[in-house]
Amino acid sequence: MILALLSDIHGNLEALNACLKHARNAGAKRFAFLGDLVGYGADPAAVVEIMMHQAAEGAIVLRGNHDDAVANPASYMNDSAKDAIDWARQALSEKERVFLARLPLIAKEDSAFFVHASANAPERWNYVDSPAAARTCAEASGCPYTFCGHVHHQMLYFQRREGAMSAFRPVPGSAIPMRGHRRWVAVVGSVGQPRDRTPAAAYALFDLSRGEITFHRVPYDQLAAAQKIRAAGLPASLARRVELGI
Amino acid sequence: MTERIVPGANIDGFAIGERVHSGAMGDLYRVTHPEHAQPLVMKAPRFRTGDSIENLLGFETESVILPQLSGPHVPRLIAAGDLTRTPYLVLELIAGENLETRMRRGQLPAPEVAGIGASIADALHGIHGQGVIHLDLKPDNIMDRPDGSVTLIDFGLAHHARFPDLLAEEKRYAAGSAPYVSPEQVEGTRHDPRSDLFALGVVLYEMATAELPFGIPTTMAGLRDRLWVDPKPPRARVPAIPPWLQEIILRCLEINVDARYQTAAHVAFDLRHPDQVALTSRAQKSQQAGVFAQVGRWWRARERDPGRGARVAPALSATPVIVVAIDTVHPDDERHAAIRRATEQVLSVSAEFRLVCVSVLGVFGKSADAAPANADSDLHLEHLVRLRHWADPLKLPTHRLSLHVLESLSPSAALLEFARRNHADLIVLGAPGAAQRGMAWWRSVASTVAAHAPCSVHLVRVPERRTPGPTDDAFISLDDLPQ
Repeated sequence: MILALLSDIHGNLEALNACLKHARNAGAKRFAFLGDLVGYGADPAAVVEIMMHQAAEGAIVLRGNHDDAVANPASYMNDSAKDAIDWARQALSEKERVFLARLPLIAKEDSAFFVHASANAPERWNYVDSPAAARTCAEASGCPYTFCGHVHHQMLYFQRREGAMSAFRPVPGSAIPMRGHRRWVAVVGSVGQPRDRTPAAAYALFDLSRGEITFHRVPYDQLAAAQKIRAAGLPASLARRVELGI
Repeated sequence: MTERIVPGANIDGFAIGERVHSGAMGDLYRVTHPEHAQPLVMKAPRFRTGDSIENLLGFETESVILPQLSGPHVPRLIAAGDLTRTPYLVLELIAGENLETRMRRGQLPAPEVAGIGASIADALHGIHGQGVIHLDLKPDNIMDRPDGSVTLIDFGLAHHARFPDLLAEEKRYAAGSAPYVSPEQVEGTRHDPRSDLFALGVVLYEMATAELPFGIPTTMAGLRDRLWVDPKPPRARVPAIPPWLQEIILRCLEINVDARYQTAAHVAFDLRHPDQVALTSRAQKSQQAGVFAQVGRWWRARERDPGRGARVAPALSATPVIVVAIDTVHPDDERHAAIRRATEQVLSVSAEFRLVCVSVLGVFGKSADAAPANADSDLHLEHLVRLRHWADPLKLPTHRLSLHVLESLSPSAALLEFARRNHADLIVLGAPGAAQRGMAWWRSVASTVAAHAPCSVHLVRVPERRTPGPTDDAFISLDDLPQ
């Protein structure tokens, strides 16, 4: 069984559709969306519609800090992020806003734990951006496999002896065996707003039967997505980010 | 652990037979399975009470990396047991002899050292090309197959470029076997394929002299000597060793990775073409570096911050073996200048290339296995001179260039075989041009080589000087050409 892991879609419909198509072609049978469905991008309503449909079909759909900020405006956000959330709030219907507000923060299935930020105090939106943070996250999840997003870079953390973790930067398209007797934390990257100077959308596929994870980068029409951001009157910096992957 | 691996037991369908080897880390048993006809062995870790599964790192590493490798230079992995339950690996049994066994019979003559060494280099090139570094190359882990090829075994310390390195920060496992380990491995570096070339240098040294260049260090301090002590030159131990072999061995054993060969393919090439080895002061060295030189190295090694000092190993794509085919039978061929220009362009983007110029003489109407007469050797030399003349304007240092005149009934087959044997990354040759209408065999060489080459092919065409008319047959698709 192949599980597709998508996070930080950020209202980018073009990127989401490209990843969904890529994942289906690769044989994905199940989907997990690790939060931040909206914010930054120009298509929050269309993305949430797809998420409602996916959730009805059994997909895991989690709440991220941007989804949370739709109902509970967050003080820590920078101006452009706040502008985008304010805009998304009015672009979403009441039904869509309720859907976002009711999404769970975590999901747990067998040996896998899913969360937007860190399994350690998920509501605090801690970044898993170092081996130490990954260790805290893995210990809180208690599962061999923890999948998360929030950090817009792809990274695989693995446990060494005595519990300490090491970071490995995955090579897109290359399957990596993850043996379940040690702990792993996979940060799957961002579908809608990658920030490693590569505009291609990022997500990952986890093959449960083979115990392998493959990180992917999917090219999509980022110029169209950026154009929509400008047309919606959102901050130009957000359009540039999508165009250049910065 | 619920099942014990002992002769007579049956584990996951594998019937355990006799124990064939007992090593430091584990045991090797013959096994049979109703679904597998070929001879198999099962590798099982030595398991002591109190050991955690984390001690099976080598096993985990091997079971993760072996399935990713293909080709004749690695054993095929048939099955792997669950690490948390019954850890084992079932591999195909490699027919042939362990190099350690062979070397126990004493030092080997230079041609044999070169032959085995080239096969080991082939095997290393095979795994390096797949992103894997062995990091524990030693005679024990080299199986000599009956056909002269070599299979590498025991990938328990190996590194895979696209997988997390489970051993990277496990200091206890970081280094390989003390007599063979490279200086940078002693410092904890595990991602440099040139470490395998150092170990290959130790193996070559051992084959040629029956001695270990650095002895068998037993302490960490002894191991750190690797960072500044150079070995006694092989010819100082065995004067019969030819200078070219000492050159190759000492270049592999350079302390600084940048001074070594940069790829296994280049080592294999030199071992196969002793007459083309560019000799430096290494070839004539008769003693180790003096005390002052060693103290200097020791001082630099102390200062060195591992991971920051050395240059990153060049990608295999940046160290190409480029084969250029030149038709020396027609020295006034208008394509020669164009091929040289194309070659210059290719060389300008790769710093660590090896340019191999080849001329193939068609030997029509002559038995291919007839002994060459004097006339033939004169002819051979004449074409070698023409090749050198063609290459001269490139002004390449001798260690980047080699020249070869081949004779064959089938020039395309000879070129292809030569390219394959020497791990060519690119073949540059002339496309059949308008002026070559009378030379049907050369035309077919271009098309046959393009169709069957083991690598990329750069066909060089001299631009047309006139506009061909509608009936002109100058436009010939490669697909239309006869074989």
